Parts: sequence; structure tokens; C-alpha cells
Amino acid sequence: MSQQQQSEEDFPRMRREKEKVHEKEENGEGIGWGGQSLREQFEELERKTEESGHYAGIDELELKNEEPIEYEQMFSQLRGDLVTARETSKEVAATPIVEQEGELCYGLFTPEGDSIAVSTGIIVHIHTMSEAIKYMINHDYEESPGIEPGDVFVNNDVDVGDVHACDIMTLIPIFHDGELVAWAGGVNHVIDTGAIGPGSMNVSQSSRFGDGAYYTARKIGEDLELYNSWKNDYPDKTRTPDFLKLDERTRMTGCLMIRDAVNEMIDEYGVDKFKQLSREAVEDGRRGFRNRIEKTMLPGTYRGASFVDALYEGQDNLTRSYANENHLMHAPSELHVREDGSFQVSFEGANKWGWHPYNCTPAAIQGGIWVMLTQTVIPNANVNDGAYYSCDFHLPEGSWANTQNTETAHAYAWHFLVSAWAPLWQHLSRGYYARGFWEEINAGNANTSNWLQGGGIDQFDKLHAVNSFESACEGVGARYVEDGEPHAAAIWNPEGDMGDAEVWEMTEPLPFLGRAVKPNTGGAGRRAGGAGFESMRTVKDVSRWLLYEMGNGYMTSDGGLFGGYPAASGYILNAQDTDLKERFENQEDYPQHDLDPESGDFESKIDGEITRRPEGISTPKQFDDYDMYLNYLRGGSGLGDPLERDPEDVLSDIHDGYVLPRHARDAYAVVVEKVNEEAKHNSAVQGEWEVDEEATQQLRAERREERAEKAQPVTEWLEEERDRIIEEEDLIDDVKKTYASSMRMSKQFAEFYHEFWDLPEGFEFDLSEKAEKSLENRFKTGFKRKWKNPTKGHETWWGVGRDDEPAVPYTWNSDRSIKDLSSPDASFGEPTSGKAMDDD
Amino acid sequence: MPESYPREHIEDLVDDNLEWNQLHDMMSDFKDADRFQKVRDVLQERVDWDDPIIIPYADHLYVVAKSDDKWIIKCDCGHEFCEHDENWKADALINVRDTEEEYLDIYPENMHPHPDYMELREFFCPGCKTLLEVTNVMPGYPLIHEFEPDIETFYNEWIDEPIPTPEQTA
Repeated sequence: MSQQQQSEEDFPRMRREKEKVHEKEENGEGIGWGGQSLREQFEELERKTEESGHYAGIDELELKNEEPIEYEQMFSQLRGDLVTARETSKEVAATPIVEQEGELCYGLFTPEGDSIAVSTGIIVHIHTMSEAIKYMINHDYEESPGIEPGDVFVNNDVDVGDVHACDIMTLIPIFHDGELVAWAGGVNHVIDTGAIGPGSMNVSQSSRFGDGAYYTARKIGEDLELYNSWKNDYPDKTRTPDFLKLDERTRMTGCLMIRDAVNEMIDEYGVDKFKQLSREAVEDGRRGFRNRIEKTMLPGTYRGASFVDALYEGQDNLTRSYANENHLMHAPSELHVREDGSFQVSFEGANKWGWHPYNCTPAAIQGGIWVMLTQTVIPNANVNDGAYYSCDFHLPEGSWANTQNTETAHAYAWHFLVSAWAPLWQHLSRGYYARGFWEEINAGNANTSNWLQGGGIDQFDKLHAVNSFESACEGVGARYVEDGEPHAAAIWNPEGDMGDAEVWEMTEPLPFLGRAVKPNTGGAGRRAGGAGFESMRTVKDVSRWLLYEMGNGYMTSDGGLFGGYPAASGYILNAQDTDLKERFENQEDYPQHDLDPESGDFESKIDGEITRRPEGISTPKQFDDYDMYLNYLRGGSGLGDPLERDPEDVLSDIHDGYVLPRHARDAYAVVVEKVNEEAKHNSAVQGEWEVDEEATQQLRAERREERAEKAQPVTEWLEEERDRIIEEEDLIDDVKKTYASSMRMSKQFAEFYHEFWDLPEGFEFDLSEKAEKSLENRFKTGFKRKWKNPTKGHETWWGVGRDDEPAVPYTWNSDRSIKDLSSPDASFGEPTSGKAMDDD
Repeated sequence: MPESYPREHIEDLVDDNLEWNQLHDMMSDFKDADRFQKVRDVLQERVDWDDPIIIPYADHLYVVAKSDDKWIIKCDCGHEFCEHDENWKADALINVRDTEEEYLDIYPENMHPHPDYMELREFFCPGCKTLLEVTNVMPGYPLIHEFEPDIETFYNEWIDEPIPTPEQTA
């Protein structure tokens, strides 16, 4: 039986739909509703939405109001079908990334690409898939390559709609009576993208060309059969073809389940009711978001700033000599809650993108913020693109947050993204505090690292890559009413956990030597940030194997709230050329942990070349059997004055392994005495302590007095600090370069900075020649845009807000404009000297 | 879900006396409509001064009415900072943690920011010396003014109530 015959028998409904579409084509009709082309339908939707202020011009939720039970039944059924699709198809996948961590999600979208309902999972992609669909519409895919029943599309292009290349999405159109009625989409995080280094999020490339294979909204099959050209293409663009093949079957399984569910719903309720539901659900989501904000927040302006480091100076294996520099991300974050409950989020003042893989596209930023909002503002099933229609995002073009340049690298956009939204948690928490909803307050989250990645020839003598998702388990920021959850989940996957060590060992030649809670990773506070954890791994049965680290190091990106301290930052610990094998054979002690980096315990139990340094990122380096690697997963930030923490809670922290005993005194002013050397409360903590209540009371009183003696009035400090800035004392080149970059990007930030410090006219930081050249190089690169036909929603990137208010109302009160961006056809200057490899 | 929690329940929330299962229920339920007023009233009872609370501003801090048109930020210890739309931090005490030695009080070696790249600014109330906020920023960063509430819109349009004044309280 031929493939075509098989398809005809297996998918009769699809074949009938295809014939109807062809009939319409012959009559000059498009696949949109009422014979419109899809592009016409989309433009009409944008026009109606803009004119009415309601999604698709829907003033009244007729279905919801007149048949509320049926409306809820239909919506719940769709939501249930999406969750079922995820739970079922997850079992098709072979990677622990999907099977263990659930790095998978599905969405049902309107023909125009607005999400109606989503599954659980990595719902960052509520909006990334939406952008990919809109891209296809706005770039006339209906004409070429055509959008027909049974077609299959794939996308992982960040500039189209994705966070990073390793999130591959499958999209299939759903037709009824010759009309496109919806799209089903699924996305999962794959294990290797064929980047310049092994793993899904390589860190050594300087541009997009090292990120791995990008598939730009590509049609890869029809009649639900994948083209041979696709089947013979992508497996050779990854080090893990078998995993990717199963990932694709996973996504196809889920999408087909969703398609069947939609067909059944249409058969049961009729297509008109389904269309009505899809429109009303988005409008309902839009209204629900605003209602929730008006009920739980305060109108006004909320501000913060976050930073994270990406240090590349002196790293090995960089693909371009001009990438050999340190980068600091600067994210000024401003949330304006308008009087109608809508949000305006601005990153005005963000610095320039860099030759590193942490740049972001608007889809990444918007998707990332959804993940946060769905865990706070809309913690229910009614999550869809309605919320998108209640938010404007001002993402300065040319900044790391919106590069608009198809040369930039994005493999681990999350490094900047997670760090940049840290203040947004706090904006919401300040609003919740003022309204009395204290149970919702959260100090922030963890920098979701370390990322253990690498690859080479594995224990089965096969080319392989690894991407440990132990990082789906991090400490969570402190709540107002409780401590943060220790080793709980990562913000980008609310359902994640650390995974079973045994399962990781099946796919990674990196046996576990130990796994334990890591002390002092959560920020100190009246409520402590949730602790992170650590795994000590070794390497076994490999050849030409590479490993690398990825996370924050010189900066902590997650600030505390209301007097709580930020979460700890990361560091790197490896041991190579070790005597671990001999220790195993001789049954001697070996390191299982690095609970206290100052203790010398690790170094006392292993001989070899030990690397211990306070940075968080390393480029791929060779590891051999019996080498060692610490995988340290971060903690969350703290809340409230640590002197207000109950001393008995500090005692529990010691016994649970969350706090090292010496920090009870230093950070919390709690006096503890060791009363038993042998007791074990936690497998990694030896000993038992007791609180000396009287001494604690006295120490806390003294500590307050010390504060009064040591601290100075802010007015005095401001004077000293101003002198320090003018004299440029102690300010290192990396810091000054970051300020200079933000000032060149934003006239408003430059004015704000100068006015705040009352700097002399014409003041500029004195930069090194290398820093000047670095800025010059990137600013001259200009724009290389992907979208020839942007959507209305993209206008907020350009700083166009509502007609009756400035785009960024309070802080940046002059007309916003990018001060200094050159034309797209400019190119960067002469490269700095040094070794460069030509493969990126 | 109650449309409104009993006052005792909100007192327990404010006084940190709720069990985890009660808090979890509050998180999962629909939000009660009069939470703001109840929390504000409980807090008003808890403080030792009479200025009417307009909003709880941050842990320990309130926006209070001194007159019909003068609203200030005030600590629960009684220290008065500044006008409600100014940055209270400018009137606070500050300690900047920007050396390795100072970082090691709070964090183990290698697990704290590099002092050249990031400093911790600790802001204390000049009255009670409570640590009110810690910000982690690059050296040389301006003070961040975290929250400018739009009190008029909130009272007039969102909850439709008069803004508290000293006369009302008296």
C-alpha cells in the first residue's frame, strides 16, 4: 500500500477538508472565515481590537453570559484536552528533560495565532507559538508554501517567535468546512541543537551562527506525512538524533490529540459556537487580567533594577576575538499599573546586546513574563493571550532585550531573562502588600542555574550530548507568610523537580557521588529564601568529552525584599586528573559535597588539579574519567530583616542544612552552641546545636546599636558617592562600560543618571580603549530585522503607547528615543587582536 | 470562599498566626473584596500613633495622612520619612556592603557578589534601626525609588471611598 493510500484511509476527515480548501481556492477564496484570506482576517481582527479596545471588537461576552454552563464546559473541556495531550504524549519522549521534568507544553490558538487555552508545563510558550503563527500569516504563508489540512510546520527561530533554539515547536492547522478554525501547537526543550558546542544551550558562540540549527517557520510535511527532505535533514543537525526524533513524535502526538478534540467539540456544539468560544475566551482572559489587577494591586509606578554577569574575558574556545570581554546585563524595570488595570512594562535604559548567547527577542521577554504572571496574577486555568492584550511591553530596540538583529546569539536567553524579571516579582509583591494580600507576596526567585552541559563519546560509545535539567529544581524566593520553598522548581517550569539521579545516570555518563541541600544559598531574612542544592558528579567511560558551566557568579541577580538579602551567587568547582579511581579501589574517603567552600573538606579528600573560582560561566573544556564537577543549583532571595527571624527557626535552618552554624551569629545575630558532635538531623549535617536565648537577645540589641554606629545618613553618603563617580574612584571598566552602553542606548537613562548625581555638564565615564572599541563595534552593527510585516502588537516595542499618555510615563518624562543607533548597513570595526576560530 | 474573611482571621494574618493550610486556602481561593480595608484597620490598631493609615506601603512603612493634603511615609516605630511621593530611602540610614570581609558575614566564600561588580545597600530606619530594604546594584547606581502609588485613582476609582483624613479619624 502506498503512503498516499494509507493516508487517505487513515485520515478521511483531513482528506475531505483538503478537497474543500482546494475547491475554495479554485473559486478565489481564502482559508479565512467567510472566504477571506488569512492575512485579511488577521488585519480585520487587529483593526477591530484597536478600534473597540476589546479583543476582536467583542463588547459583550454573549456565549458566556447567556449560556454560562455550556461556556465553562467547553472551555474546561479544551483545557482538559490540552493537559491530557501533554500527559499522554510526554510518555512518547525518551529524554528525561521531557519525561522527568515535563519540559513540554501545548496550546490551542485562534486562526490569527492568539492562544485560547494552554496545557500545563512550560507555558512560556503561550505567546512564542502565537508569534510564530502570526509570522506565517504576515509573511503570506497562505500563498507559499500554503496552509492546508494535514500540513505540519516547525519553528525554533527566536526572531520569529521563540526563547531559544532548543525549544522546538510543531504547529498544525485545524480546518472545518474549508475554513481554518484553529491551530494546535506543541513545544519541548530538546537535548542538543547542533550548536558549536554540545548541549542545548552552548555558551561559547558569539553570534547566531553558533547557536545551532534554526528552522524558520518551516513547512515540513503535508497529509500528516513528514517530507523526506525534512526526515533526512534535521537528524544530522544534532548530536542526539534519536532523542529529537522521539521529541518530534511527542509533539505530533499531542497536536493530533488536540486536533481530534477540537473536531469532536465542533461536531458536538457546532462550528459557530466553537468560533464564538475562541473569541470570547481571549476577551474573557483580557478582562479577567484587569479585574484581578484592580482587585489585588494598586495603580501607580513600580521600579527596580537587576543585573547579571557574563564574564568572557580570558575564556578559552571563544569563536571570535572580539567576544573576549566581560558583559554585564543592566535591566531597569518599570511597571506602570494604569487606572484601567492594564500593565505597561518598560526596560528603558537596558544596555546594548552583546557577542554572547544571552540576548533576548521580544517573544522571549513576553513569554518569560507570562510564566511569572501565570504563577501570580492568573494562577488558574484561564490563561491565554487575553493577558497579552492587557499589557504593553516597551523593549528598547537594539538592547539585549530586543536585539532586532538576526546576527545575535540567543542560546541561553534565560540567563538575562530570568535575571531581568526579578524586580517584577517585587513590583507585584509591593502591590499585594499595599492591598493586604500578604499571602501572595514573594521576594523573587532563583537564578536558574547551574547548567551542567556537555557531550562527546558516551558510555555506549556513541556521540552524545547532555543537558542536565537538575536546574528545573531551585530554591524559591521567600514569601511574606512563609520561608521560600527549598529545592523546589524553576520559574520557567512550575512543575519541574530535580529528577531521579538514576534516570540522569542512564542518559549521562556522569555518576552521582552525592546530592545534598546547599547551605546559605537562600537569601537571609525574617523569611529565608528557599535553599538550593548541589550534586557532585564524576565522569565515567567517556572519550573526547566536554563539560561546561553556566550561571551567575560575580553578581547576584535576585534581590531580597523588605530587608531580606539577595540569594547567593554561583561559583565553579572542578577537579581533573584526580586520584578518585585509586580512592574507590582503596575504599578511601572521597568528596561527596562542597557544603562549605571555606572548609577545605573537598580539597582534603581528593588529589588532582582543582579549579575553584567565583565565576559562573565556563566555555567547554575536556573532562576525562574520574574527573569531578560540582553542579550547584541556586537558592531564592530572602524577605524581611534577618534580626526579626525567630531564633528557633535559625536553629532548624542549621539542622536542616540551610544555614552554616557560623552564619547564625553573623547574618541573624543568633547565638548557638554545639551540644552534641555525633547527632545527625540531616545526612549532610553533623552535630546538634541549641539556641542561647539570653545571649541572642543581647547580641540582637548590640547589633541594632552597631547599625546606628556604622550606618550613615543617606544624604551624607550621596555626597560621597557623587564624588566617587565624578572622580571615577573604584569604578572598574566593566561597570563603566555598562553605564556608557545604557546611556548611549537611552537618552532618558543618560539624563536620569546625570540629574540624579548632579554630574558636571558633559560628564562621561573614561573608558579603556578596549571598552570603547567594544561599544563602537556593537553600536555600529545596527539592525537586521526578521519581520518584514510586523503586527500591531509589535508597536509597543517601538515605544508607541496609548495616545493619551507618554510611552513611559513617570520616570522617563521626555519623549523617548534611542539616542545613538546607526543605520542597518553599518558594519563593525576592526577586530581586536587575538586568536579567533572561524566556525561561528 | 468567603466574600469577606472574619476580622479575627485577618488579625491572624497580620499577626502571623495562621497555619500553612489556612494560608494555602487563602492563596487558592478567590480574593476577598474587603481585604484592603480590613488589613488597614487591623494595622491601625496595632500602631502606637493616631495618624490615619492611607495604605500599607512596605513592611513597617505606611503612607499616613497628616492633613487633608499632606501624606507622608511613616515607620511603625513613629519615625516620619518624607512626602508619600518621594523616596523614603533618601531620609534613611545606609550601610554599603562592598568588601569581601563584609560579604562573608552573610555568604560563604565564593558565594557572594564580587565587590567591584555589585554592592549591597542596606537601608535602616533612623528611629528603630530596622533593616527596611537591601538593594543589590552596580557601584555608582542611583537610588531606586521602588513604588509611587497612585492613591487618588485607587481610592476614587478602584474602591470608591474617601481618602482617610485626620479629621475623620478624630
